[in-house]
Amino acid sequence: MQASRVMDPDIAQHIPRLRRYARVLAGDRYRADDLVQDTLERACRKFHLWRQGSDLRAWLFAVMHNVFVNQVRTRRLELEELEDVAAVPAQMERIDLLDIEKALAQLPFEQREVILLVGIEQMGYGEVAKALDVPIGTVMSRLSRARERLRTLLSDEAEASHVSGLKVVK
Amino acid sequence: MNEEQLHAYADGQLSLEGQARVEAALLASPGDAARVRAWMRQNELLRAHFAPVLNEPIPDRLRLLRAPRAWLPYAMAAAWVVLGVAIGASASGLLRDRADAAASLPRRAAVAHAVYSPEVRHPVEVGAADQDHLVRWLSKRMGSDIKAPLLQPLGYELVGGRLLPGEQGPVAHFMYQDARGQRLTLYVSSRKGDPRDTAFRFSQEGRVAVFYWIDGSLGYALSSELDKAALLKVATSVYQQLNP
Repeated sequence: MQASRVMDPDIAQHIPRLRRYARVLAGDRYRADDLVQDTLERACRKFHLWRQGSDLRAWLFAVMHNVFVNQVRTRRLELEELEDVAAVPAQMERIDLLDIEKALAQLPFEQREVILLVGIEQMGYGEVAKALDVPIGTVMSRLSRARERLRTLLSDEAEASHVSGLKVVK
Repeated sequence: MNEEQLHAYADGQLSLEGQARVEAALLASPGDAARVRAWMRQNELLRAHFAPVLNEPIPDRLRLLRAPRAWLPYAMAAAWVVLGVAIGASASGLLRDRADAAASLPRRAAVAHAVYSPEVRHPVEVGAADQDHLVRWLSKRMGSDIKAPLLQPLGYELVGGRLLPGEQGPVAHFMYQDARGQRLTLYVSSRKGDPRDTAFRFSQEGRVAVFYWIDGSLGYALSSELDKAALLKVATSVYQQLNP
């Protein structure tokens, strides 16, 4: 085994969080763990680039973001036949269940990333901007669009189940 | 009230002062208040929904990467010792191996068999229920089309598979089991260098019997603790399925 693959324990402690983030980005757990594995390999190779003292978690999310973006790009080109959970759905479908995961899947991944880093990881907007390498204004507009879209999806759903509930009562 | 302040409020990113200012503004604006409530609810839903992932056991392949020096060499070393003792440290065996470079294939396959086949709780990384995924994943990692042969007619069901580090690259490792719990493993390793083919060969590695062959850029080894004749029957079926 190559020395470069010996993982720093500081990186290792973030594996559960990386898996959680990957799960939401990639959709299913195997693809998510592939993403984590690729991220860890890259992070170990590039560990010397991490600035000592800066937030390691944010740096790891940045690495995962880059790996994922590259994979989406390649996959779109090469593997059209595999259903690509990362692709942006052409149209918003109505969701059948009140399920945050399904609603999330309706968002373009740029928006999904922002809402995850802010909502789940509770990172500051500035940190998110750094991790994704975009201006903070972009983070805010993605966050805003993501939240409004989720709100519509979730409230449509709540309304739909309310209406069908009334029908049953009749 | 500016939008950014509303988000920062929902995300708990404001100072106490800032919070008070936003709260005062929200009192005067029920529309904004409803939006902010919805966003906070979204955060709660997201955290609650994905929290369990943090407590899931970390799969081998990520743990291996995490601490390759901590346990893998010990497990491998332990398996080597077991095999070594079983082989009786036979000098002729070692000499034969040196004489034949391909002999490292059955040896490594036997080690992998000895390490993983006694596993009760985690014999495989991906179960047979996800066979399509398993095959796709291993093929992707190996960089060539990998198949899991069907051994049901011989009484062996696929348990699942895992990815292992090999001498020259990744190894796809499939495990099968019969009704009595007798396990077989198929070790598929990628080879560097010129593609070539070899005939069927047999090697007894301690208690583990191995049939192996090289087919182009892949090396195959079927291991089990069956006797040679019984294993040959299975190996023949595997070989035929892979070379229709």
